[in-house]
Amino acid sequence: MPQTLTQKILQPYADQKVEGPGQIVRCKVSLVLANDITATLAIKSFKGMGAKQVFDKDKVVLVMDHYTPQKDIASANQVKECREFAREAGLTHYYEGGNSGVEHALLPELGLVGPGDLIIGADSHTCTYGGLGAFATGMGSTDIAGGMALGETWFKVPPSIHVTFNGVMPKWLRAKDLILALIGKIGVDGALYSALEFGGAAIENLDVEGRMTMANMAIEAGGKAGLFASDGKTRAWCAEHTRQDAPQIAADPGATYQEEHVFDVSAMEPVVACPHLPGNVTPVSALPNLPVNQVIIGSCTNGRISDMRDAALVLKGRKVARDVRCIILPATPGIWKQSMKEGLFDIFTDAGCIVGPPTCGPCLGGHMGILGDGERAVATTNRNFRGRMGSLESEVYLSSPVVAAASAVTGIISSPAQL
Amino acid sequence: MKFKGTAHKVGEHIDTDAIIPARFLVTTDVKILGQNCMEGLEPGWIKRIKPGDIIVAERNFGCGSSREHAPLAILGAGIGLVIAHSFARIFYRNAFNMGLMLLEVGDGIDKLNDGDCLEADAASGVITNLATGAAIQCPPLPSFMQELLQKGGLVPYVKERLSR
Repeated sequence: MPQTLTQKILQPYADQKVEGPGQIVRCKVSLVLANDITATLAIKSFKGMGAKQVFDKDKVVLVMDHYTPQKDIASANQVKECREFAREAGLTHYYEGGNSGVEHALLPELGLVGPGDLIIGADSHTCTYGGLGAFATGMGSTDIAGGMALGETWFKVPPSIHVTFNGVMPKWLRAKDLILALIGKIGVDGALYSALEFGGAAIENLDVEGRMTMANMAIEAGGKAGLFASDGKTRAWCAEHTRQDAPQIAADPGATYQEEHVFDVSAMEPVVACPHLPGNVTPVSALPNLPVNQVIIGSCTNGRISDMRDAALVLKGRKVARDVRCIILPATPGIWKQSMKEGLFDIFTDAGCIVGPPTCGPCLGGHMGILGDGERAVATTNRNFRGRMGSLESEVYLSSPVVAAASAVTGIISSPAQL
Repeated sequence: MKFKGTAHKVGEHIDTDAIIPARFLVTTDVKILGQNCMEGLEPGWIKRIKPGDIIVAERNFGCGSSREHAPLAILGAGIGLVIAHSFARIFYRNAFNMGLMLLEVGDGIDKLNDGDCLEADAASGVITNLATGAAIQCPPLPSFMQELLQKGGLVPYVKERLSR
């Protein structure tokens, strides 16, 4: 029987033949991930399980990225606990300080994840690696503790929803607009318990980083994973990031999908997700004049080098509007260095932006850009729940880096076409 | 396992930032997390809660992050059962792993109102609204999850596997 991409990736790891949706299978995993917030609970559960050692010292990865650089005493203590565990357990991959970055930008860059892998992470945006053709999904700390101890976990095989993007991308349309348009159409639980699988000419032409942006937000539709076929572009991207000979993987023709959606990107325009759900999607051109206090460009959704270049494309030779704080956080030290090398920081600082360290920081209202009462932000992040970035009385609009940068310049939510 | 308590009804898409805002994620202490349960939905929400009370929610309860602090905050608030139209996937797994009981009832949720006294039997999946007399039958849990629950959650399950 023809298999979906989901079934095809899961099969080699499963303890039985993957027949179809609803089946519960036990799977070996390629990699287990946790961060400074979720690892502390995972360590607690790991010890509670009576586990003495991790299943593989090379395959358990801890990334300190949410509240780092350590924002206060409590978060410093959490990181300290993770560090001590990593040393004690002899983990090869522990990242903190100058070698750390936002986990879902860092792991692909280091070649730790790639096509055909099965990855579980104690972070909901673990689904990002679907952009590389990996089956990757977020779980809670205790599930991750089980994975750390056993090197396996259980899954209910999800049904797949196929989403086709046809056509040619207009000048200012970005991957972020495509995924927001989809969530706007199907809703924040439109892919609940399901896997999203993407295809079509616009996806084949989309760069791998854009695919990761889209896979990243599968969870915002309730999805278990967001998957892209691994093709020549994927193989080339992986090869540039220390992973040679990455396999090509695609769904079988004629596989069965729970639902199918088709979009023509040629007719689409830049959008934002309005407060307080990622599914409240509206074209930028349809918005009234909405003044902005803060702009965030970064995160596991849009903090990669292509996003930095996009921001620079709009900000070059322009100034950030008065009373707007525009904060740019390249997601990893590698992206930071590359941005510096390409002169992007000159463009950013000349425009009046603040360039900060790699961190999740403001995305989850942690630090490095918090909203006060009644303040409004445009952010390239992934969630705009009420209070997500600070005050319960603040608002977050989600957008692509080009819309965020244009909004920083005009001081109202704007498309770059309006500049 | 049987539950009896007052229903506290919340809306749809209650996200994990509403259940426990990120600023409280600098601790794993269940008691402290419990004191701040639903602080992102309504400051001071916890003051209305008595131990044994039940959360009744619309669609997609627990959407958003994978933070296990969310089911822990609910447990820390003295709540052992959440009944919802539907649950977000990661939250669903986390709750069972932490020993928080969930019942997914679909449109049956409309038979449960804020303030009603409810009785629920996890084994049979029957919820009775003592205020109105209405009864709801939930679909049974997959057998694998029942086995996990019988073992007392994922921690004892893995402990047993490791001791073999």
